[in-house]
Amino acid sequence: MNVSQRFKEDELFVSGHRACHGCGMALSVRHILKATGNNVIVVTPTGCLETFSSPYGYSPWRVPWIHHVFENGPSIASGIAAALKAQGRDNERVIVIGGDGATFDIGFGALSGMLERGDDVLYICVDNGAYMNTGGQRSGASPLFSSTTTDPAGRHSLGKLQKKKDLPAIIAAHGVPYVATASPAYLTDLEKKIQKAMEYHGPRYIQIDTPCPTVWGFSSHQTLEIGRLGVQSGLVPLYEMENGKVTSVRKIKKKIGVEDYLKPQRRFRHLFSSDQGRQAIAQIQALANENIEKFGLLKEPENKNKETKPTKEEM
Amino acid sequence: MSVTQVLEGSEAVALAVKACRPQVISAYPISPQTHIVEALARMIADGDLDCQYVRVESEFSAASVVSGASAAGSRSYSASSSQGLLLMTEVLYASAGMRLPFVMTAVNRAVSAPITIQVDHQDTISLRDPGLIQLYVESSQEAYDSHIAAFKIAEDPHIMLPVLVCMDGWILTHSYERVSFIGQEDVNAFLPPFRPANFLDVKNPKTWGSYAEEDVLMEFKYSIHSAMQYAKRRINEIFSELAEITGRDHGGLIEAYQTEDAEVVLIAMGSMVGTIKETIDKLRVQGQKVGLIKIRCYRPFPYEEILESIKGAKVVAVLDANFSMGSEGALGMDLKAKLCNRPGAPIVVDFIAGLGGREVNEARIVEVVKKARQVGESGLPLDEPYWVGLNLKLVEEGAGK
Amino acid sequence: MKITMGAVVLGGTSLDYKTGSWRDQRPVIDQDLCKKCGICESICPDGCVYQEEDVYLIDYDYCKGCGLCAYECPADAIQMISEGK
Repeated sequence: MNVSQRFKEDELFVSGHRACHGCGMALSVRHILKATGNNVIVVTPTGCLETFSSPYGYSPWRVPWIHHVFENGPSIASGIAAALKAQGRDNERVIVIGGDGATFDIGFGALSGMLERGDDVLYICVDNGAYMNTGGQRSGASPLFSSTTTDPAGRHSLGKLQKKKDLPAIIAAHGVPYVATASPAYLTDLEKKIQKAMEYHGPRYIQIDTPCPTVWGFSSHQTLEIGRLGVQSGLVPLYEMENGKVTSVRKIKKKIGVEDYLKPQRRFRHLFSSDQGRQAIAQIQALANENIEKFGLLKEPENKNKETKPTKEEM
Repeated sequence: MSVTQVLEGSEAVALAVKACRPQVISAYPISPQTHIVEALARMIADGDLDCQYVRVESEFSAASVVSGASAAGSRSYSASSSQGLLLMTEVLYASAGMRLPFVMTAVNRAVSAPITIQVDHQDTISLRDPGLIQLYVESSQEAYDSHIAAFKIAEDPHIMLPVLVCMDGWILTHSYERVSFIGQEDVNAFLPPFRPANFLDVKNPKTWGSYAEEDVLMEFKYSIHSAMQYAKRRINEIFSELAEITGRDHGGLIEAYQTEDAEVVLIAMGSMVGTIKETIDKLRVQGQKVGLIKIRCYRPFPYEEILESIKGAKVVAVLDANFSMGSEGALGMDLKAKLCNRPGAPIVVDFIAGLGGREVNEARIVEVVKKARQVGESGLPLDEPYWVGLNLKLVEEGAGK
Repeated sequence: MKITMGAVVLGGTSLDYKTGSWRDQRPVIDQDLCKKCGICESICPDGCVYQEEDVYLIDYDYCKGCGLCAYECPADAIQMISEGK
């Protein structure tokens, strides 16, 4: 049997790509394209995804795909969208699949321009929280207190002291019709969100938390487990915003403390060996609690009418 | 019968672009390019041009939008100048490498710092390496005609490279000259729709922008150079074809002006050429055997035709409105590279003229010819280029000498 | 290796590169335990799990041995076995 025959028709990102084993991004891309179908033109700015999917002569992309440079994923997409409009090619749609480096940092200006113009592009950020392609340097998406190669933990440092840039909120503030966050740990949810985004026209954004075994520092078989822990801790809230309002959230079935998420990852391990580290964990827990509060991620307690006695701290 | 009008150079360029029926235009405003993109915007707003106009937030994005549009199979156009062109540099390298054709008006303007909006060629000269075809025009008429030729050059299936039509800011873009237009049917016949062999197409999925290793990278780069070598012939052919239609022959890669018996040959490009031609006419009346090679196409560098036209000259005076700090002017270097190992080559004197808008007027051109003659007669080439009209005292005072 | 204009490449050509040589452990599906839920096929980042009739199989030409299928299988039907000793 010809190897290409074993793929179902909706498999548009085939084997042979050079992602690390267990790559959360590669898994996400398979499902993004299952959800969009093949009438899409994909733009990918420079990054892990681009590099592992395009060594010359070996492309896994069964859709038209273009990588131009690092900063211009959004504007290349705007150009393609304009061309499709000019040529009357209504059934072809444009999507960008780009990493956090290109999206949060170097391509941020181009992204804002695309959003402000209202171009018909679905921008999907496969976010692994650092410049992974080059070994894991810090990006604006790197989580608080993560250790990256350019902002490492050390005797005088706890790693990144800035919070992760709240890009979905910034994008929503541009007045775009659809913004969502997703995770490959919840693939059905991910595909639904892609499909919903495709029903809209204009600029749309989906941010996918894609765990990276190689640099986050966990075993390749744990990718989805780490993804689930991120969501269950409240650090990776999954929600949808339509026309600026949160319209759905994925409730946390069983809340866990952030420690359960941080401990298995080498990039946070430095927090577990000092007092400052423990204080940092408390700050991270506060972030998770903020998300839970803000998005209403926990199910309502069953006995919400029953008054509870104030705790000693509250008195 | 063609229509002739007196109009602003920018307007003429906009009309040329309109006649070429682009599908996507994207530009970021920058003096002195603004009138071109504003004119195009008005045409679209009035329904006279059916085109997608993408108003971007930077030149980086402008160049990217036209690159993406070209990759998707649409004829595309942009325009910029100076700082904006430099901001596009990375994008232009990538688009040349990926063989994505489009046309861009490069309105020449000097490069900061100090910041200025005056003219020189530093901006486009800084972009001489990536594989962009560069045409330089002398007049609004030539700008109009050259834009129409530019699309045909860019989209030639064996060229497929971006083309810059370089025109001096203010002098050409904001002055009023007489321009004759080409009828739309003639433009349509000369320039058929853009039909690239490869484009982003869901019916035929292909991959653009792959990562290449050392086993093939040199070959990819060589193929760009090869396409530019081929382009030399095609550019001559295309301009000839256009000249047949319009009755206006601007020349091909170069225009040789009174070089046949010239002892001193000047080499220059851009609007200063007009003044040089008039000065040569006056010098000729005085009995001086002076000629000019007007470079119309700077990249690819038409050295074969230049060498042919300087045969018999005693000295060549290159006028560079640009400078490579720490070395020399670009045109001078390009020419000397081709002459240096040839026996019987004339002395080349590199003149730095017109930086930051300093006027290249008749008096200065006469000074250039005189200085060139002196050097030619001495037989000793200058170690350093000659900066025309430089006030060295100002520099030295400033340095505390 | 051919040179194409602008380095344009046909889609799907990654199949010419067999990433199976990367792994140091391989998944083995116990067909008796397999409940045919399809999760392994869904979650493989490399698309190496496929169906022949209704039997789930691994394409060892490309499998990188990440272990996700074994870890996520709800029926514990997949074991990771160390490669070549």
